Amino acid sequence: MKHVIIGAGPAGVVAAETLRKLEPESDITLIGDEPEPPYSRMAIPYYLENKIDAAGTHLRKSADYFEQNNIEVLQSRIDAINTDKKILTPDTGEQINFDKLLIASGSSPVKPPIEGMDLPGVHNCWTLADANQIIDRAKPDAKVVLMGAGFIGCIILESLVSRGVKLTVAEMENRMVPRMMNEQSGTLLKQWCENKGVTVLTSARVSGIEKGSQHPLSVVMSVGGALPADLVICATGVRANIKLCEESDIETKQGILVNEFLQTTHPDIFAAGDVAQGRDFSTGQYSVQAIQPTAVEHARIAATNMTERREHLHRGSINMNVLDTLGLISSSFGDWEGLKGDDSCELGDNDRFRYLNLQFQDDILIGANTLGLTQHIGVLRGLIQSKTRLGKWKNKLANDPTLIMEAYLATVQGQA
Amino acid sequence: MQRSLQIDPGKCTGCLQCEMACSYENEGVFNPARSRIKVFTFHQEGRFVPYTCTQCDEAWCMQACPVDAIVLNAATGSKDILEDVCVGCKVCTIACPFGTVNYNSDTGKVIKCDLCGGDPKCAEACPTQAITYINADETGFDRMRAWAGKSDNQPRVQ
Repeated sequence: MKHVIIGAGPAGVVAAETLRKLEPESDITLIGDEPEPPYSRMAIPYYLENKIDAAGTHLRKSADYFEQNNIEVLQSRIDAINTDKKILTPDTGEQINFDKLLIASGSSPVKPPIEGMDLPGVHNCWTLADANQIIDRAKPDAKVVLMGAGFIGCIILESLVSRGVKLTVAEMENRMVPRMMNEQSGTLLKQWCENKGVTVLTSARVSGIEKGSQHPLSVVMSVGGALPADLVICATGVRANIKLCEESDIETKQGILVNEFLQTTHPDIFAAGDVAQGRDFSTGQYSVQAIQPTAVEHARIAATNMTERREHLHRGSINMNVLDTLGLISSSFGDWEGLKGDDSCELGDNDRFRYLNLQFQDDILIGANTLGLTQHIGVLRGLIQSKTRLGKWKNKLANDPTLIMEAYLATVQGQA
Repeated sequence: MQRSLQIDPGKCTGCLQCEMACSYENEGVFNPARSRIKVFTFHQEGRFVPYTCTQCDEAWCMQACPVDAIVLNAATGSKDILEDVCVGCKVCTIACPFGTVNYNSDTGKVIKCDLCGGDPKCAEACPTQAITYINADETGFDRMRAWAGKSDNQPRVQ
């Protein structure tokens, strides 16, 4: 059996390992298009902060790990897939044939359709190469404009502030991390950042970037005015890398369409991670989640199903995130926006930057947002995923949402 | 034969000796807030429930780690955090459905029970044998593990 994996991120690497474990004899080839050994984008903020060196971002630490596991790692770009002949044509080197293929090509940053995005000094924060460009330009007292206060924008704030830059964040929505946190908590996050000396503009759209006079760049705001900048970092979202499927019979929407086996519309081709439009546990719909735990879940299941013996069902991944914004920790789980009719409870302490919101359907927890909590938050996943009926604990939680751990012990484990 | 922690809440008096022993062993301070085992109190029921990681086979934390900072301890079966590799991203803290991996903002790393390397101080400190360290197949954690299996989304790692 010859397994080929496109993409050397977490999904690709975990799939390769899973395949190796299940099929010691098979050929496994892992293809990535970046020069570095397989690394984790999740670790880039900590690299920017000088907490780790480049090797600290590597998904597997020993230099000969892939060789030891008999996994061939190739560096090249795959722009198209011949699904009839089951052949890949890389940009360098010879054609690669496969018996089973996993597409784990990830996602790429979206550039807003405005003038000036190609000017020198305008960067994404997505690859190690991007990070190195940012490190070069984010000198003390440099003026930096960060476009987008989403997950990536927020998580790199700490590293930018620690580099001593003068930072302005421009976010189109009315709060920070609007796709992860509700209005109360997203607004508290904004206040927190402002207290730390970061200028945060919300409901603020950048209409273009021009060459500046005193500073190299000038960021033009749609509401009028312009921000001088030495460096502009664009973190306005990501999109699944599905272009390689364009000429093929592999169907795509926001991502590559997969069934409950992570199989694409071609029976020998699977997809996993950021590029896959997989089942969402909360909604039952198929959507792109683009988060680490989902990538790994997809990878293990897809790889298992690529082997001849097994059919492992993907019951849906819970969309969840945890984010550290200048030391304030926020998290979201499942259907944090709640259902229509809004059966929820919340507890907030604005002065201490703490907030907790729980969303219910009947007496089952379906989603949550937390701010300023670090202890036992995983149990929110446990409660959502187990669909546990909370019974009398629902009322107790309505009175004091911080009793999540007690509610879990009492209901899921029958401990009280 | 690997051993694991067995917890019998019926025997717990809520004295918190386990939390003291844990924080002293692992953090060098007597401070229940830094303990990896926590005793939850149910006032109305008059019940105390000690709670920590069961070193579950699914190892959600280990699987979710993006930098390979959580490893299986082959001797004890525990899943251990490599502190010098952990970047503090906290993904494991949301991935663990038992809520037993927590972020320590003082160190910028996560912490979880590692069975004290095979000599768990909580069990040693417990005066009522509510916490014992016994052969793995006999523990009462089976129910918890069964639950983990029920909601399992992925093949086991072991």
